[in-house]
Amino acid sequence: MLELRHRGGCPGSGGAAAPPPREGEAAGGDHETESTSDKETDIDDRYGDLDSRTDSDIPEIPPSSDRTPEILKKALSGLSSRWKNWWIRGILTLTMISLFFLIIYMGSFMLMLLVLGIQVKCFHEIITIGYRVYRSYDLPWFRTLSWYFLLCVNYFFYGETVADYFATFVQREEQLQFLIRYHRFISFALYLAGFCMFVLSLVKKHYRLQFYMFAWTHVTLLITVTQSHLVIQNLFEGMIWFLVPISSVICNDITAYLFGFFFGRTPLIKLSPKKTWEGFIGGFFSTVVFGFIAAYMLSKYQYFVCPVEYRSDVNSFVTECEPSELFQLQSYSLPPFLKAVLRQETVSLYPFQIHSIALSTFASLIGPFGGFFASGFKRAFKIKDFANTIPGHGGIMDRFDCQYLMATFVHVYITSFIRGPNPSKVLQQLLVLQPEQQLNIYKTLKTHLIEKGILQPTLKAAMDTGKPDALRTLQQGLLKVTGWGTTAASVSHRLFQGSPKHQAGSQCVASPSGRPHTLISPREPARLGSSMQKAFKDGSNQSLNQTLTANISVSRSF
Amino acid sequence: MTELRQRAVREPDAPPEDKESESEIKVDGETASDSESRAEAVSLATSADDTPEVLNRALSNLSSRWKNWWVRGILTLAMIAFFFIIIYLGPMVLMIIVMCVQIKCFHEIITIGYNVYHSYDLPWFRTLSWYFLLCVNYFFYGETVTDYFFTLVQREEPLRILSKYHRFISFTLYLIGFCMFVLSLVKKHYRLQFYMFGWTHVTLLIVVTQSHLVIHNLFEGMIWFIVPISCVICNDIMAYMFGFFFGRTPLIKLSPKKTWEGFIGGFFATVVFGLLLSYVMSGYRCFVCPVEYNNDTNSFTVDCEPSDLFRLQEYNIPEVIQSVIGLTTIWMYPFQIHSIALSTFASLIGPFGGFFASGFKRAFKIKDFANTIPGHGGIMDRFDCQYLMATFVNVYIASFIRGPNPSKLIQQFLTLRPDQQLHIFNTLRSHLADKGMLTATTEDE
Repeated sequence: MLELRHRGGCPGSGGAAAPPPREGEAAGGDHETESTSDKETDIDDRYGDLDSRTDSDIPEIPPSSDRTPEILKKALSGLSSRWKNWWIRGILTLTMISLFFLIIYMGSFMLMLLVLGIQVKCFHEIITIGYRVYRSYDLPWFRTLSWYFLLCVNYFFYGETVADYFATFVQREEQLQFLIRYHRFISFALYLAGFCMFVLSLVKKHYRLQFYMFAWTHVTLLITVTQSHLVIQNLFEGMIWFLVPISSVICNDITAYLFGFFFGRTPLIKLSPKKTWEGFIGGFFSTVVFGFIAAYMLSKYQYFVCPVEYRSDVNSFVTECEPSELFQLQSYSLPPFLKAVLRQETVSLYPFQIHSIALSTFASLIGPFGGFFASGFKRAFKIKDFANTIPGHGGIMDRFDCQYLMATFVHVYITSFIRGPNPSKVLQQLLVLQPEQQLNIYKTLKTHLIEKGILQPTLKAAMDTGKPDALRTLQQGLLKVTGWGTTAASVSHRLFQGSPKHQAGSQCVASPSGRPHTLISPREPARLGSSMQKAFKDGSNQSLNQTLTANISVSRSF
Repeated sequence: MTELRQRAVREPDAPPEDKESESEIKVDGETASDSESRAEAVSLATSADDTPEVLNRALSNLSSRWKNWWVRGILTLAMIAFFFIIIYLGPMVLMIIVMCVQIKCFHEIITIGYNVYHSYDLPWFRTLSWYFLLCVNYFFYGETVTDYFFTLVQREEPLRILSKYHRFISFTLYLIGFCMFVLSLVKKHYRLQFYMFGWTHVTLLIVVTQSHLVIHNLFEGMIWFIVPISCVICNDIMAYMFGFFFGRTPLIKLSPKKTWEGFIGGFFATVVFGLLLSYVMSGYRCFVCPVEYNNDTNSFTVDCEPSDLFRLQEYNIPEVIQSVIGLTTIWMYPFQIHSIALSTFASLIGPFGGFFASGFKRAFKIKDFANTIPGHGGIMDRFDCQYLMATFVNVYIASFIRGPNPSKLIQQFLTLRPDQQLHIFNTLRSHLADKGMLTATTEDE
């Protein structure tokens, strides 16, 4: 009966009122006492147990004590156990949601720490299950090695992703520069040390167990650590990319449960007998609507919408920017049948809301598969919940199993449809190059940016101050940069003292909104861009000269 | 006694006939019978001998011990000759061979999993394993092809779309496999299915990522592919020889046949071999140049100006060696210095890959990974020491030899938003200014 009270989305197979299993306790070290005696028993018997063909001969993990706080127990002592459980779950749900809001308010750095904390806890929960399944809690070295591998992989990922964002901070410290430049090598060396320790720790009677735990650790790392780092990358893209997917999954849980509770009739999948088609479809539609509305509300605030950046002067994370086009209201004309319904010609939407439909659809249709996967896992290993951390809900992993695939999807979605490569990554790679290569790239980029009109700092300085020597300096600068000779001087002269519209102020400002004003005729930039690329690639000045000739011929059109 | 004849890397404990081992582990996928895979090593049923008839007849006079030694020796030479032929045929064929070796290793390890868990006829599972292999390979090859064949990809419209949305497509394919797995969970077999799922993913992690790193190294220049692999093979052979002639102190309990003398002797011999081999190979352009795809001829070319790494330079010999050799300076390729690092890794850490595989075989009570090569076992047996080498070479190249590809960075830069471009440009400018690379005339600040 308690099962009916479960949220329709993601919980495991069992009731939470039954005292949750004591996996959570196992962390404290009270593993079963028979494990030591088992080591001396026949190995084949033990492996027979582990590798048996069917699940039926696997012993069930004994349940453990109830972790509900005393306060709640006293307050609810009057009610029957069924309602008591419902109230506990409800209160804990509200507590978790308010905690979530609090952390959002505190900012992206706290969110990052929260994600890291959750990742470590999930890893711990899954590894503890492995210990229980294989009764391998006191294998030599193994606990140390599992945590060591977790540390290595986290170090690697943080070096690749988060360190990008601290580039300015890192530039100042010599030792950190060394760490960044050889980051992959250091991470690999650390991992190798762990691998060699594993090989040296292989003990005669426990080979198979040790290999199982090794594989278990690696699969867990693959699941939890990579997902958490993708979450953090999404977060840095803008908090809205973190909030809307997670809320969509949570909303899908809750609304699918509610629809299933009130209208549920047709079972969905044999794996989770409480799920129903009505819940599934009802949850889908309500999640799409919820995502749409949440996206609308959040898109207004710069705090949610802007990419997170690290400002070295303030030494903290800031989210301030010009919102991109995705977060600016645009007018969409409605298709005819909606026009009749809403009696409006057009509607103002944020483009992000269209994307949110895709995200909510994924959360409702594919997200539950993550829940089914976790349910299957729990049935396979005959556990009720992953752990006992949250009273009434089970472990952290129980709450996050549906999020599992969502983070990867959002990340892939962003990189495929929203933006290209990670700019900090490009920057990091730039900084790793040899200085000569950096200088070459710098010159190429400068030329490209000037030609696109995105960058004219020297021009602006020249124009603003009106000093003629600044212009001369600029001409000489062009000479030095491109080595083009006197033709460059004439080009620059012509460019900068041409028609009045190229004078100060009118378009000499870098425009982050992405609508560049070009000095050169707008017909040409793309071709010049690719030929610039080719020029760099060939590494010779021949093609640069050809490009310049094309440039001059274009500029003569002024 | 025949064990003494084995190459020092591998660890059979039983007479050689049993190495042509359990028919259950034959790679053509016969159904496993329950007990043999877990039986004690010595009592394995003898099965068909895979040695070709020709060899059998030629060696029929010798005793079984020598026969085995000859079989192994002949197969070793055959494999080395095959390796040379493939190198001659060029990078494209090498890439295909690497791909085939990867698929074969995957198949061998998955088959072991079937045998261990008696799960050969789990619903859907064979299909899903191969499907995941296909997905992950598609993902990695797409990334590689997009990098190296950028111009080709840009020309063809369907390829361009495939490469632009490559990650999304790969992720979708993987998701389909994941959902199929969840839908295929059957009531009594949950645990087995999860085990096989985990087994497949760990195998993919080991086998497929390594093979793609090998291909990356190959594209960097064939010398980066040949020298590491040869060093590992040489270390195998040399450690065995030294162990055979001088071996006395055991090295590790896991592999009782390994000795410290073999280990150390193999180390020095491999370093010397690496130096000589890289000296010989650095002279040839076809080994040294990065593999590039030529648009015009629509094929791979290895033609370039060799980088500084592959030009003879003069090094001063330290005092202590000067008196020995009698020369003050010596002409070497800088690459030879790097080859010392590669050989050192191959001799010191490479064997750990072998120990890992030995432990794995003992854990699951199998003699060899499979039965493909007569006298040697499966493909995986031959490549277990290479396991870590490919990753090391790749990390080494990325860290010490070259940074990222500058033109690729420019391409990525051009796809960014203008404000991001500006931000990167400004950061780069301040970085260069800090370094003093920008003089007042190039920069107006």
